[in-house]
This record gives sequence, structure tokens and C-alpha cells, in this order.
Amino acid sequence: MNIQNAKFEYLLRLGDSSLIIGHRLSEWCGHGPILEEDIALINVALDFVGNATELLRYAGQVEGKERDEDDLAFLRDEREYRNLLITEQPNGDYASTIARQFLFDVYMYFLYEELKSSKDETLAAIATKTHKEVTYHLRHTTEWMYRLGDGTTESHVRLQNGVNDLWMFTSEMFDMDEFDEVLIKEGIAADLNKVKTEWEKKVKEVFAEATIQIPTTTFRQKGSREGKHSEHLGFLLAEMQYVHRTHPGAKW
Amino acid sequence: MNTLLNKEEIYKILSDIPDPEIPVINISELGILREVKLEDGVCMVVITPTYTGCPAMKVIEDDIKIKLKEVGIEKVKVALVYSPAWTTDWISDSAKEKLRVYGIAPPDHSSVDKKVLLGKPRELKCPLCGSKNTEMISQFGSTACKALYRCLECKEPFDYFKCL
Repeated sequence: MNIQNAKFEYLLRLGDSSLIIGHRLSEWCGHGPILEEDIALINVALDFVGNATELLRYAGQVEGKERDEDDLAFLRDEREYRNLLITEQPNGDYASTIARQFLFDVYMYFLYEELKSSKDETLAAIATKTHKEVTYHLRHTTEWMYRLGDGTTESHVRLQNGVNDLWMFTSEMFDMDEFDEVLIKEGIAADLNKVKTEWEKKVKEVFAEATIQIPTTTFRQKGSREGKHSEHLGFLLAEMQYVHRTHPGAKW
Repeated sequence: MNTLLNKEEIYKILSDIPDPEIPVINISELGILREVKLEDGVCMVVITPTYTGCPAMKVIEDDIKIKLKEVGIEKVKVALVYSPAWTTDWISDSAKEKLRVYGIAPPDHSSVDKKVLLGKPRELKCPLCGSKNTEMISQFGSTACKALYRCLECKEPFDYFKCL
């Protein structure tokens, strides 16, 4: 395997996860439980879509087949998508959106902290910028973890249910394969074992404060690296890609 | 191509472009306009986004092209760079004062500090009455770069330009 292929694949993984979770968050637009939260989630969605734009643009350049960020976002099918399964899970109620976002924000925070020192200059520049934004995202979701988890009986149950439902998707965030290994050797990719240690520590700490139990289930769902997704991604892509595919090459 | 202008003069012309979302300060004061280069008859303008998803970047790019066309420069390339990452430290003191007069509390501290993770919003002065008796309503505001606060003295809500 050459480095160019590995890098393309790696950038797709990062970019697709940001794009899909950004799209999911954008579905809250106009539906937030209060105005401030509606605005907050859309701001966060915008950061993620912005991050995806940069990563997919760079992925297209690395691939060298003249595909730009829009081609990669709108003209690939489900099986070509490399986003983590947790990012495509439906929003559910507000508590489960917060649970999903918190688990993913902690991951983003430590992953991008590592990527800031990537030997790939473009990736390091994107990571430096993104990491600043993710710090604000994580603060936001952490506050809501406390508020919902340690809030009323109803909010606690809803948040715990959200965490329970999503837990099986968390372990694939730290899976590594030959692509990671090649790039870690080059100093380009992040060592996910390191990220995992930090992630577990932070999650445990916030769960304790929020009176949320770490699920005991051992079942683990994975597949995103082979493009094997849950049934939800197809519906998401159908909505996200519809306009672009209906009016090919349209400009305004 | 208008060859009468050198890159410093072009930079000065572009400095007049206001930020589309905060029109009291221009793109140079905000630190978005990084550099102007003249290469083989092409005017290359380097800009950097405040936030990655900032929708104003496209408008700024168009504004740059329109402005340069007005002075006879047609061959223009606008390049987006991400490194070094934009920081609120690049906003000049005079621009911060303009923000305050406009009703936006300026960023008071360099970069994101780790304390933001602990959830303690910092003490801010109301840009309207100067009271420190203020509270955060939401850390996400009307644009990506702002948070929403309110003053408990004069009762007015106000935007705060977040440190990044």
C-alpha cells in the first residue's frame, strides 16, 4: 500500500465523520428545545461541515482524480462512505443527541489534539483550527451532560437511555488497521490507543459528575471502515444529496 | 491589468472592505486579510477564515474581486490558508474599541484557554453601560464567532466576540 492511498482513505474517514454528524446536527434547525440551543447546535453543525469541506477538498487533491469536496460529498454512495457509525445515528430526543455529541466531542478533542502535530502540514493546519472550535463544542455538551444527567428523574432516564443505545458504536472509534499503521509510521496519523486512554478517562469523569452509569453491555458494532453502515445512512444521504444530483453542475 | 499599483497600495484598497457580518471593522483589522502578492500579472490575495465553516468567506472573496475590478485589476486569485490558525489576538486594539462601541464585547483574552472546558464563563463588561454584572445566556450566538450575554444592570442583551 502506498502512502497516497492510505492518506486518501484516512482523510475520508475524518472528513466523512465530520460531514455526517454536521448534517445530523443541522436537522435540529428550527426544532431545538429552546432558541439558544437551536442556535448552538446549528453553529456546531456549521463548524463540522466547514471542517469536512477542508478535509474532503484535501482528500480530493491527494487522490489526484480531480474530484473536489462537492464531488466527494454528493456523488459517493453509502458503501463508499467512511464515517463512524455513531455519527449517522438518528437524533432521537434532545438527550440522545447530547449523548451522541458528547461521546463524539471527547473523541474529536483528543484526536485532533494529536493531529495538531501531524507531519502532514495541511492536516496539522486543519487540526489546529478545528481543535480550537471543538474545545467550545465539548464545553457545551459537557454542561448539558451535567444538566440532564443530574437534573430531573425524566432527564436522567432519557440521557442514560441515549448513552446505553449508543455505547455499542463507541469502540470502533479506536480501531486501527493497516492504513493507520502506515501513516503512524510516517508521523501523519494519530495513535488511537493514546486517544482511547484519554477518551475513557474524560468520559468516566463526566459520567461520574452527571450520575450516568457506564453501560455494561459488551456487544460492539463496527463496519464503517469497510463501508458497512447502519440502515440510517442511506436515508440521510438521500436527503443530503438530492438537490446536487437532481441539478448536476448547477451554480448560483 | 492595472500595473500602476503595487502590492502595498492594493492591500490598502482591500483594507476598506468591511466584514460582512460586523460592518464596523474591516477585513484587515479583523486579521482575515493576510497578504497580497503579484505574480506573473495575477493578483493573489491570501485570506484566512475566523471559523472553518464561516459563511462570510465566500462573500469576502466576492467583495475582494469586485473591489479589484473597480480599480482595473481583473486577474485575481483568492487563496484560503489555514495556517497559522486565525486567533482573536490578531484583532487590533482600535478595532476592539470599535467593536465595543458597536455593542459587541471584544475578546479580552488570548486564545482558547483550557478553562473553557470547566464551564466557567469569564467575567465580562457590558459594552453598553460598562457594568461587570453580566451573565452568559448561550456560548453560541448570532454568528459562529460570537456568544450571547446579558447585562444584569442595564438589562440589555449583547454579543461577545469569543476568544479563539
